[in-house]
Amino acid sequence: MAGPRARVKMPEQPPEVRARNFQEVPLGLTEELAIAEAEKCLQCKNPLCVTGCPVGVKIPEFIKLIKEEKFAEAARKIKETNALPSVCGRVCPQEVQCEAKCILGIKFEPIAVGYLERFCADYERDSGSTEIPKPASPTGKKIAIIGSGPSGLTVAGDLVKLGHEVEIFEALHQPGGVLTYGIPEFRLPKRIVQSEVENLLKLGVKLSLDSVIGKIRTVDELMDEDGFHAVFIGVGAGLPSFMKIPGENLNNIYSSNEYLTRTNLMKAYLFPTYATPVERGKNVVVVGGGNVAMDSVRTALRLGAEKAMIVYRRAMEQLPARKEEVHHAQQEGVEFHLLNNPVRYIGDESGCVKAVECIKMELGEPDSSGRRRPVPIEGSEFTMECDMVIISIGTGPNPIIFSSSPDIKLNKWGYVEVNPDTMETSKRNVYAGGDIVTGSATVIQAMGAGRIAAKAIHERLMEG
Amino acid sequence: MIREYRIIEKFEVVPNVHKFVIRDSMIANKAEAGQFVLVMANEKGERIPLTLSDWDKKEGTITLYVLELGVSTMELISLEEGDSLYSLAGPLGLGAKIEKFGRVILGGGCFGVGGIYPIAKAMKKAGNHVTVIIEGRSNYLMYNKEELSAVADEFHMATSDGSEGTKGHVQEVLVDLLEKGEKFDRAYFMGCTFMLMNCAMATKPSSIPTGVALNAIMLDGTGMCGCCRVSVDGETKFVCVDGPELDGHKVDWDELFTRKHVYREEEAVSYQSHTCRSMTGYERGEKERLSGGDS
Ligand SMILES: Cc1cc2nc3c(=O)[nH]c(=O)nc-3n(C[C@H](O)[C@H](O)[C@H](O)COP(=O)(O)OP(=O)(O)OC[C@H]3O[C@@H](n4cnc5c(N)ncnc54)[C@H](O)[C@@H]3O)c2cc1C
Ligand SMILES: Cc1cc2nc3c(=O)[nH]c(=O)nc-3n(C[C@H](O)[C@H](O)[C@H](O)COP(=O)(O)OP(=O)(O)OC[C@H]3O[C@@H](n4cnc5c(N)ncnc54)[C@H](O)[C@@H]3O)c2cc1C
Ligand code: SF4
Ligand code: SF4
Ligand code: FES
Repeated sequence: MAGPRARVKMPEQPPEVRARNFQEVPLGLTEELAIAEAEKCLQCKNPLCVTGCPVGVKIPEFIKLIKEEKFAEAARKIKETNALPSVCGRVCPQEVQCEAKCILGIKFEPIAVGYLERFCADYERDSGSTEIPKPASPTGKKIAIIGSGPSGLTVAGDLVKLGHEVEIFEALHQPGGVLTYGIPEFRLPKRIVQSEVENLLKLGVKLSLDSVIGKIRTVDELMDEDGFHAVFIGVGAGLPSFMKIPGENLNNIYSSNEYLTRTNLMKAYLFPTYATPVERGKNVVVVGGGNVAMDSVRTALRLGAEKAMIVYRRAMEQLPARKEEVHHAQQEGVEFHLLNNPVRYIGDESGCVKAVECIKMELGEPDSSGRRRPVPIEGSEFTMECDMVIISIGTGPNPIIFSSSPDIKLNKWGYVEVNPDTMETSKRNVYAGGDIVTGSATVIQAMGAGRIAAKAIHERLMEG
Repeated sequence: MIREYRIIEKFEVVPNVHKFVIRDSMIANKAEAGQFVLVMANEKGERIPLTLSDWDKKEGTITLYVLELGVSTMELISLEEGDSLYSLAGPLGLGAKIEKFGRVILGGGCFGVGGIYPIAKAMKKAGNHVTVIIEGRSNYLMYNKEELSAVADEFHMATSDGSEGTKGHVQEVLVDLLEKGEKFDRAYFMGCTFMLMNCAMATKPSSIPTGVALNAIMLDGTGMCGCCRVSVDGETKFVCVDGPELDGHKVDWDELFTRKHVYREEEAVSYQSHTCRSMTGYERGEKERLSGGDS
C-alpha cells in the first residue's frame, strides 16, 4: 500500500545476501523514519493498541515522545511496563497483538509499533543512556529464580528494584533461555540479550550458571537450607516432542532444540573456531510451521542448504509463525510443502536419513482450537529426498525439577498449576510462570506472567 | 555463591589418562555413584560428559578421569592446576541402582575404569559381594588398580596384549567366570560402547540383570535436545535423564553405534586443525575391534 498512510518499511539485508549470513535481517529504523512513522499515530484517547499488548505498553505515550525526538525518554516510558523492549520489538507477534488492534489498521495499515519499540530500545542502549535505577532499601528477603528466560529475567528485575536479594539459577552456561539458545542471531543478536542481562547484574541480581535445579539443589533445599523466602520457577517448556514414527532416530534427524542449540548457544556456525559441530545438510526438511520451524529452516539455509523445505500438515493461513518470519523465509527461497505430513523416514546403509515419506492432508471439521483439522488422504503417500530432517512439532515440560518436588501440583500434561492472579503454585511461596505454566507461548506472555508473580511475591513477603 | 571450578590437582596417571581433582562443593555434596557432569574447558569448547569417578564431601572436591580422544578432551588436558574450567554442570543423570543384590559383577574399560570405582564402593557398602573386572590395552596403561582392588572382594584384569591378567577384554574374563559356574545377581558395565554390548550379550543367556552406562553424544544433559536418544525395548529414552544406566539386554545396539559416529568427519577436521594428528589410538582400537581384529 502506498500513499502517506502507508506503513514505514524497515530497511533489510537483501534476501540473496542475508540467506547466507547470520547477521540480523531487519536493520532498524533511522531517526527520520521513526519520527515519520510516529507522526502518523492518531494519539487515540482510548488507544485500542494498548489493549492488544499483553503487558499494556503505553503505546501512544511513547510514540509521542518519539515525535518530540525524546528517544531515551520514550524507551523509559516503554520500560515502565516492559523490561525487554529491544527483545519484544523484534520478536513479538505484533500482527496478532498491539498492531492487530491499532485503529488505523481498519482502513489503512497499523502503526509499526514493534519497529518503533525496537528503535527506542536500540537508541537507548547504543547511545549509552540506559539508566540503572537505584534499588529501594534492602528488605532482607531472598528470592530464588529458576531459569533465566524472559519470565525469570522479568521477575528478577522487578524484585531487585524493590530491594530484595535475588539470585537466578540457570541450567546452561549462558543466561537468556530461548532468547539465547533458540532464537537465532539473525533475528535476535545475542549481544542484545547479554546487555539486558548485564543491566540486571548491575542492579545487583546474582546469577548462578551451570545450576540444574532438581539436581544440584532442590526447591526444598533452596527454601529450607539456603534461606530463600520465595522461589519463582520459570524453566520454560524445553522437552522436544517427536512424532514416534519409524526411522526417527536415524542420523541427521534433529530436534529443532538440538539443531538451534548447537548453532546458537554453542555457535556451531563458527565451527571449527567453536568446537561444537552441526551437520550441514544440502536438502533439508523441517517438519512444523511455527516460529521454531522458521528459525530452523532459515538456519539451514545459512548453513549452506541448497534446498530448505517446510513440511506442515495444515495450510498457509494456519502457519502459527509470526507473519514477518514466514515472509522472510519465502523471500530467502524456502520451499513450503503444505498439507503434508511425514509418516516415516528412510535411511541409507550408514544409518543416515535419505528420504521422508509423506502423506497428503486435507482440512476437515474445526477442532477444539477452532482450526480446521488436517486429515490424511488415503493412498496419497509420496517420498521426498533429503539428507537432513529437523523436527519442530512442539515441546513439552521438562520434569527434571519436579521429581524432587512432588508437592508442586502439575496438570495432566505436566505443566504447573498456578493461581492466575498471583502465579503461586500449590506449594506456598513457590511461584511459576512462562512456558512451564502455559506451554509454548510467547516472550511477552512469559514476561507478563513474571510481572504478576513479582508483584504477588513482593506483597506476600512484605506482609509480615 | 559464585562457583569457580578450580583444578586443584591434575596429573597423567598412565599415558593418555589424566586425573583431575576439581573444587566444587555443591556438586561434591550431591554426587551419587554413576552420575556425570558436563564440562566445557573454555568458552569456545564443546560441552562434554565426564563421569564422577570420586568425590570428597568434606573437602568439597570431585575427581574426573579424562581420556584424550579429540579436541575437547585435549583442551581439557591443556589446563593446569590452578586454572578453572569454563563450565561445570552436574551432578547429572540418575545414580546407578544400588541395593543389596547379593553377588554383583562390575566391569570397566577406558574411562569406566575410573567411573566404576564409586559404584564398587556403594555396592560394597550396601552389603554386596563385589567382583570387579577392568581392561586396558597393556599393563602400563592400567590405572586405578589399587583403589579398585581395595574395595573389590574379587578383582580381575584383562589386557589386549596379555601383559597383565587375562589376554583379551572384560568380556573374556566375564565369560570365563560364568562358564566356571559363578553366579551373579547383578551386573554393571561402563566403558566404550563395544565393550558394553559384548558384556551385555554375555550376561543375557543367564539372565543376569545388567545395567550399562551408555555413552551417547550429549549437548545439554538435561533432556532438552534429544541428541542422546537411544531405543530401549522399542521406546525412545534420553541417556542424560533416563540413564546413563540402562538395561543392557534391551538397548538397540545397532542404532546406538550408527548414532555415535555422526560427527566422525567434523571431529577429524576439528582435531586436525588443532594438532595435525589423525584419529587417536583409542578410536583405531575401537574400529579394529568392531571389524573383529585383535588390537
Ligand atoms: C526457536 C524459538 C523461536 C521462538 N520465537 C518466538 C518469537 O518470535 N516471538 C515470541 O514471542 N516467542 C517466540 N518463542 C517462544 C518464546 O521464546 C518462549 O515462549 C519464551 O522464551 C518462554 O519464556 P520462559 O521464561 O518461560 O522460558 P525459557 O525462555 O524457555 O527459559 C527457561 C530457562 O530455564 C532454564 N532451565 C530449565 N530447567 C531448569 C532447571 N531445572 N534449573 C535451572 N534452570 C533451568 C533453561 O535452561 C532456560 O534457560 C520462540 C521459541 C523458540 C524455541
Ligand atoms: C555419560 C557419559 C560419561 C562419560 N564419562 C567419561 C569420563 O569419565 N572420562 C572420559 O574421558 N570420557 C567420558 N565420556 C566420553 C567423553 O564424553 C567423550 O570422550 C568426549 O566427549 C570426546 O570429546 P573429544 O572432542 O575429545 O573427542 P571427539 O573427537 O569429539 O570424539 C571422539 C569419540 O568420542 C565420541 N563423542 C564425541 N562427543 C561425545 C559426547 N558429547 N558424548 C559422548 N561421546 C562423544 C565420538 O563419537 C567419537 O567416537 C563419557 C560419555 C558419557 C556419555
Ligand atoms: S510488548 Fe509486544 S505486544 Fe506490547 S507493544 Fe511491544 S511489541 Fe506490541
Ligand atoms: S491505536 Fe494506533 S493510532 Fe491509536 S494510539 Fe494506538 S498506535 Fe496510535
Ligand atoms: S543431552 Fe540433550 S537431551 Fe540428553
